Amino acid sequence: MAVISYIQAVTQALKEEMERDEKVFVLGEDVGKRGGVFRATDGLYDQFGEDRVLDTPLAESAIAGVGIGAAMYGMRPVAEMQFADFIMPAVNQIISEAAKTRYRSNNDWNVPMTIRAPYGGGVHGALYHSQSVEAVFANQPGLKIVMPSTPYDVKGLLKASIRDNDPVLFFEHKRAYRLIKGEVPEEDYTLPLGKADVKREGSDITVITYGLCVHFALQAAEKLAEEGIDAHILDLRTVYPLDQEAIIEAVSKTGKVLLITEDNKEGGIISEVSAVISENCLFDLDAPVKRLAGPDVPSMPYAPTMEKYFMMNPDKVEKAMRDLAEF
Amino acid sequence: MAENRHKSLGLSDEQVLDMFRTMMLARKIDERMWLLNRAGKVPFVISCQGQEAAQVGASYALDREKDYALPYYRDMGVVLSFGMTVKDLMLSGFAKAEDPNSGGRQMPGHFGQKKNRIVTGSSPVTTQVPHAVGIALAGKMEKKDFVSFVTFGEGSSNQGDFHEGANFAGVHKLPVIFMVENNKYAISVPVQKQLACEKVSDRAVGYGMPGYTVDGNDPLAVYEAVKEAADRGRNGDGPTLIEAVSYRLTPHSSDDDDRTYRERDEVDEAKKKDSIVTFANYLREQNILTEEKETEMNEELNKLVNEATDYAENAAYAEAESALHYVYEE
Repeated sequence: MAVISYIQAVTQALKEEMERDEKVFVLGEDVGKRGGVFRATDGLYDQFGEDRVLDTPLAESAIAGVGIGAAMYGMRPVAEMQFADFIMPAVNQIISEAAKTRYRSNNDWNVPMTIRAPYGGGVHGALYHSQSVEAVFANQPGLKIVMPSTPYDVKGLLKASIRDNDPVLFFEHKRAYRLIKGEVPEEDYTLPLGKADVKREGSDITVITYGLCVHFALQAAEKLAEEGIDAHILDLRTVYPLDQEAIIEAVSKTGKVLLITEDNKEGGIISEVSAVISENCLFDLDAPVKRLAGPDVPSMPYAPTMEKYFMMNPDKVEKAMRDLAEF
Repeated sequence: MAENRHKSLGLSDEQVLDMFRTMMLARKIDERMWLLNRAGKVPFVISCQGQEAAQVGASYALDREKDYALPYYRDMGVVLSFGMTVKDLMLSGFAKAEDPNSGGRQMPGHFGQKKNRIVTGSSPVTTQVPHAVGIALAGKMEKKDFVSFVTFGEGSSNQGDFHEGANFAGVHKLPVIFMVENNKYAISVPVQKQLACEKVSDRAVGYGMPGYTVDGNDPLAVYEAVKEAADRGRNGDGPTLIEAVSYRLTPHSSDDDDRTYRERDEVDEAKKKDSIVTFANYLREQNILTEEKETEMNEELNKLVNEATDYAENAAYAEAESALHYVYEE
């Protein structure tokens, strides 16, 4: 099996889906000739031409809205928002339109569209190139939000998102793009949306997280194993709607839960995970549910001191895991 | 006898009479909805009155077997032309399960019916404009020759989605017809407080497309403009912006009171130009709408509206728990 990077898995999934189905096309800013500012669509313009790898005018609401129109017609657009931070002008199209089309038309129309966007910090991106925006969309029934952690998951989940008959927001951690590498089968495969994945079996504490933080937790778990602390790590993969069954199962394994996100603490994905645990797992718990998250400030500052203070890292995760184990 | 204006447009006597019939039908359904609202039987009405000529004139210039319509909430004339029935509209008014627009989920005026290529819409205005562009883009990619027809109000032409969508269609030369139904009011705010330019059609130049302003009370003028725009679209010459100027004869909706912001004289003056009156006069002058035909048409349409009202009133609501369905594919 070939070892490829997180971003190469994105490109491979797009390429294979475009080869498989002529209805699949890519649209966004700089996705064509340039191959994307992160190079996620590298090579696609040469292979598929400018009609299927469409450089759009710089206008995010139109990228989403035109994608929705094409999807309602029966195409499978994959729209790229250059940075998750820039999805905001398209929020009306995503929430008022894409999310509600099937419901409001009583199943007459649907929007089989995927919107990809790089999110997350630790790349000196400051306030507007670092944000995690999933919480904005995570109480909008009709949407699915996928946030993979590994190249294997990226390829399988992006393919599944493109083939899904409902709108999917597919958030890719931009620092993971070249940092994270992993084995990815060359053949075609998909992974189910809405299903969390156990990334490490353990019996002492449970960590539930997603995205780049999965790797921080895995690294910390290896260190803690040397101290005799055995961590169970659940990767949510789809952060909306949540895989409640997998959450309940993972919590009941150890009775001690740490929830981690790079996003702000209040009102995020892990707050909802915490509510699921409260409703279902009270008598399984041996410690209060602990949340480890970014501070509640608007976003990550530019200066390295402040960025590092905001950003999640393996040391913060390790400390939180140890504290919980010792509770 | 007045000059025959429809023959030179390629329209037969039967076709113009049919256009008038559809305009009348829209008006009669709308009037019935208001009665039902005031009788406490339907919670909400939003009217097409005053805009039927633009809606029907435009629709008849399109290929209603293959073109796509993305109407806004006043477009009863458009959806009737594209194949929605009186019964469908009444079912929507009463929010009954059989309503093809939404199964009673949306307020009336939120049209959508896939089999007739009427694309589902929402309440935040102008979101349908980029959708129309996306459908046209898909058609171009699939080498189809349909056009995508989208309507909205003059107030809506201030929304970013209009500008973003129009620019996208202009850049990619897509077969989209943008039709502004300028009824001179965005709820209570008159057009001079909405637009810094003289006409909405002035905005077309910024997006590399032709823009025309036509008399929205004249179905033949609108027909001519839309026909030409459809030809342009099908020939690969790109989009067109058409502004059809008429007047909103009713309050914004059943929950509005327009006496708080406009004079009765102004409304009375506009009623003299009401297309239901002026187009009927034209057809009478042409001996197309004879007294006999008019009586016959009135009886036929009244019967249709009565039957549809009775049917919809007696039809079942959706099961309460069906509110849980169709969030995602099932």
